[in-house]
Amino acid sequence: MTSAAEIVRQAERDDVRSRWLLSAPALLIIFFAAIGPLFVMLAYSFMAKGDYGDVRFGEFSLDGWFSVLFQRDIFDDTIGLADAHLSIFWRSVKLSLITTIVTLALGFPTAYFIATRPPHTREVWVFLVTIPFWTNLLIRTFAMQEVIRNEGILNTVMIRLGLIDQPIQLMYTDAAILFGMVYVYLPLMVLPLYASMEKLDFRLVEAGYDLYATRLRVLWRIIIPLVRPGIVAGSILVFIPSLGAYVIPRVLGGGKSMMLGNLIELQFGAGRNWPLGAAISITLMAMVMVALLVYVRNAARSGAQHG
Amino acid sequence: MPAAPGRNAIEVRSVSKLFGTSEAQVAALDNVSVGIRENEFFTLLGPSGCGKTTLLRLIAGFDYPTEGEILLYGQDIAPLPPFKRPVNTVFQSYALFPHMTVSQNIGFGLEMLGKPKAEVEARVSAMLKLVKMEALKDRRTSQISGGQQQRVALARALAPQPKVLLLDEPLSALDYKLRKEMQIELKRLQNETGITFIFVTHDQEEALTMSDRIAVMSSGRILQVGSPWDIYDRPAERFVADFIGDSNFLPASVGAIESGIARVKLLSGAEISATVAEGYQPKAEATVAVRPEHATAVRTGGQLPGSVENVVYLGTDTHIHIKLDSGGNFTVRQQNMRSQSCGFEVGERVGVQIAADAAQVLKD
Repeated sequence: MTSAAEIVRQAERDDVRSRWLLSAPALLIIFFAAIGPLFVMLAYSFMAKGDYGDVRFGEFSLDGWFSVLFQRDIFDDTIGLADAHLSIFWRSVKLSLITTIVTLALGFPTAYFIATRPPHTREVWVFLVTIPFWTNLLIRTFAMQEVIRNEGILNTVMIRLGLIDQPIQLMYTDAAILFGMVYVYLPLMVLPLYASMEKLDFRLVEAGYDLYATRLRVLWRIIIPLVRPGIVAGSILVFIPSLGAYVIPRVLGGGKSMMLGNLIELQFGAGRNWPLGAAISITLMAMVMVALLVYVRNAARSGAQHG
Repeated sequence: MPAAPGRNAIEVRSVSKLFGTSEAQVAALDNVSVGIRENEFFTLLGPSGCGKTTLLRLIAGFDYPTEGEILLYGQDIAPLPPFKRPVNTVFQSYALFPHMTVSQNIGFGLEMLGKPKAEVEARVSAMLKLVKMEALKDRRTSQISGGQQQRVALARALAPQPKVLLLDEPLSALDYKLRKEMQIELKRLQNETGITFIFVTHDQEEALTMSDRIAVMSSGRILQVGSPWDIYDRPAERFVADFIGDSNFLPASVGAIESGIARVKLLSGAEISATVAEGYQPKAEATVAVRPEHATAVRTGGQLPGSVENVVYLGTDTHIHIKLDSGGNFTVRQQNMRSQSCGFEVGERVGVQIAADAAQVLKD
């Protein structure tokens, strides 16, 4: 005879089994589409490169990882830092940070403006913010090129107005990439900012004014601390895709101003160095993960404050 | 009531506030003038939408009047932003800063005024003591109860020692028992601090128990200003008599008026004397108001004959609804004695006896 405890244990076992069975499809997709390829990448980054791209299977090599930061001199084989890679890393981080700061500076007042409209007007504004998403990223980037190129709208207008004599060379510079990224990623900043500002109790703003806080102090001491989750979320949403941007630097930065995304593409394409491409990809992912960790800790801290 | 009427802390002069677009404007305040004395507990009483909160917001500086002046000790503050007015507000929702502790909330105003740290700390602990919140000073405002939040909101508004404290229905979110306690507490705080309180409420009982003077408001206008006694016993208009307490309204013809007392003839033919509301313009037909507790039902005699329609027992007293022979109804409130019913049956013939000096001739 089975005891009551045994029946309970059996029921628990059934429970666990059905839980695994039910989540199996999702787990399989996650494994084969996300985790599996990552391991393939990791494996490739530790293999020797093939002569025509590809890798030499089973041939272990640290060359890929070595080349992420270092290079051997072609003549005397001395080891030096890979300046080209370092400058691309630095440009990626720098441009992503500036993009985040500029979108925050532009997005904050925009979100505040929308959040302080009457409810039905707010919906219209939010709708307008999402309109750029209707157009393909590539097309938007080419449109940006049309605006900033030497014979483009921006230069033509400024020359007509007599502000400048010569067109300003923007295309194929860091500034062009910055223009493009700010334009493309601005909605990703505005939307989370708006989401947390919409929840802001504006009576707290009035209470601040009532207690002798000037407008600037109300902003610093009351509004910003209360919408911090939105600021953090928006910054992460802009920073991460900026760091891995590919299309924008490709179209607006050309071959001179490359970012990490272009460097990776180069290794898998013309560079024929798959191990290096895999190693840089994993490095980029590690950078993103560090940014995310900071985000999670930050969010947890502000969550504890309000809970 | 203060022994001698002091000077005015706040003087509102012909203030109007219009909301809405130029095509469809709504007057939230319509040419309002009122003086609020120093150290007074002044209440703005009225139903929702009467403009009492709008008036409070104009004094606080959250809105600006369309017309008129608001003087604080003689200086026009109407154009000043709220952070330049020595006036603080206790909000209906308390509006405590959720990202700060109880102490930080209370010290916020002083900090913004640029007071030295030692002074802020001393003042905060004095305030915590005043509202009996010392034990919870390091809590977040989300970790304390509604009544405690109320105390913190009071302490926060009192800490910078404003010239005038504005209270926007601060007790409406509390339950009955707590509200009673806070009424006494508010009165104590006002006495201890000596600050002028302007209190907004729609609760007549709150207004009557706490105020030195009350302004009754309706549709953007102040109908009557006076002590609780004035408002209750000498209502000027029908709205005031109806909104504060219960009243019986009787049509009557007004005869000779002598030193504020008129001879009035009721529809039943009986003649009584009645006090006349301030600002009453003589006219043939007027309305007389009588409080239910100022009349009794009698088996013989009385000025107004009628029959009992309903008897409602309410614990402390009994309401006797009487249908008058001259038309209309009259309610009499009779205090209950123990083990003794009021003794009237539905349908019984009775007379209403109005107490001497109990009737008031209304302005409108």
